[in-house]
Amino acid sequence: MVRTPNVEREVWSWLEEIMDPEIPVLSICDLGIVRNVRWEETELVVTITPTYSGCPAMAVINDEIRATLQKRGVTKVRIETQLSPAWTTDWLSQKGRERLREYGIAPPRPKSSGPIRCPHCGSDSTHLVSQFGSTPCKAIYVCDSCREPFDYFKCH
Amino acid sequence: MILEGRCLQRPRLIVSTDSAQLLDYVLRFGDNDLILSQRLAEWCGHGPILEEDLAQTNVALDLLGQAQLWLEYAGKVEDNGRDADQLAFLRDAHEFRNILLVEQENGDYAHTIVRQFYFDAWHFLLLEALESSGNQSIREISEKSLKEVRYHLDRSAGWVVRLGGGTEESHTRMERAINALWPFTGEMFEMDAVDAEMVEQGIGCDLRALRDPWLNQVSRTLSEATLNVPADCWMQRGGKRGIHSERLGYILAEMQFLQRAYPGAQW
Repeated sequence: MVRTPNVEREVWSWLEEIMDPEIPVLSICDLGIVRNVRWEETELVVTITPTYSGCPAMAVINDEIRATLQKRGVTKVRIETQLSPAWTTDWLSQKGRERLREYGIAPPRPKSSGPIRCPHCGSDSTHLVSQFGSTPCKAIYVCDSCREPFDYFKCH
Repeated sequence: MILEGRCLQRPRLIVSTDSAQLLDYVLRFGDNDLILSQRLAEWCGHGPILEEDLAQTNVALDLLGQAQLWLEYAGKVEDNGRDADQLAFLRDAHEFRNILLVEQENGDYAHTIVRQFYFDAWHFLLLEALESSGNQSIREISEKSLKEVRYHLDRSAGWVVRLGGGTEESHTRMERAINALWPFTGEMFEMDAVDAEMVEQGIGCDLRALRDPWLNQVSRTLSEATLNVPADCWMQRGGKRGIHSERLGYILAEMQFLQRAYPGAQW
């Protein structure tokens, strides 16, 4: 494989196909955990940063990265984990936020920018049930208008 | 992963003096997280309500992840071929460096919540201080963990207020838990030779300096919960030196069972 900036861009587009195993509408690039892709001689080094330190999805994601790149003919892959700067929901792409909402998960929203909006009916009248939900990254909310419970991808 | 047969040897704990102290220091953080995580995991499937069952295990999972980061680094410091798994599953009770508070039994929900609140309030201040450590790994792990611990503290403080100000029954139980666990809080602020050396080297933080801000937070929350701060009393200590209560043995018996019964077994 020829090492050119174009090829690195191509690698990014392959990684874009890998979905978070818990939230299958969100690619790992949209999630903001792929920090860097670079070649070291013939080895491809992918730097990723964990979302939550105990999130079991990270191990699955590492396997997926290896498998996806191997399928594209990249046999030597090294995955480096970078802790700092710590992952933040600010790195979620605009596209990712949109997809979360369509999927029924309220995207992260800083307190200062208003209440958490119900992804089902769009109401701003909602309340927190628990900061801890079905996965480390989500909180449980209930909508006071349509009465539906929903997941909120909490700010981090 | 557990490597072939290596676990059968008695691992060497003493390395060179310099790294031995750093190793001891890092193990304290890793072991606090690991043992409290294991305790919280005992609630899995037994929480009083579904949301709390999820919350306890989410906090346990965060702490387990943090323990893994600390123990991985401890393995590198030791430089003797042991990884995070080996340090977690193949050390005996006297080699654990966690404070006594985290190994205390879950008891009723009041005990679990108060133990968590005392720990979270301290954990938060500790990580905040370690964010400016001169040691890059300690700094990075602290920065990462702090973001998670912020949520832990929010939750446990919130429950202290709700249960303290709840019914007569919940208030009485909280009072009992606050007093029963108080003698285990002194160890969090105790400075020994390892702590002093780490401060000297610009790696560690002065634990005594965390005492006032911790007490402020605890007093504020307890007063909101209509509960009283316990009076000064004799404090239990020893965990940081590997002198534990018999409770740790039971925790390890369960946590380490698989690796002890089937050495080298892999997932």
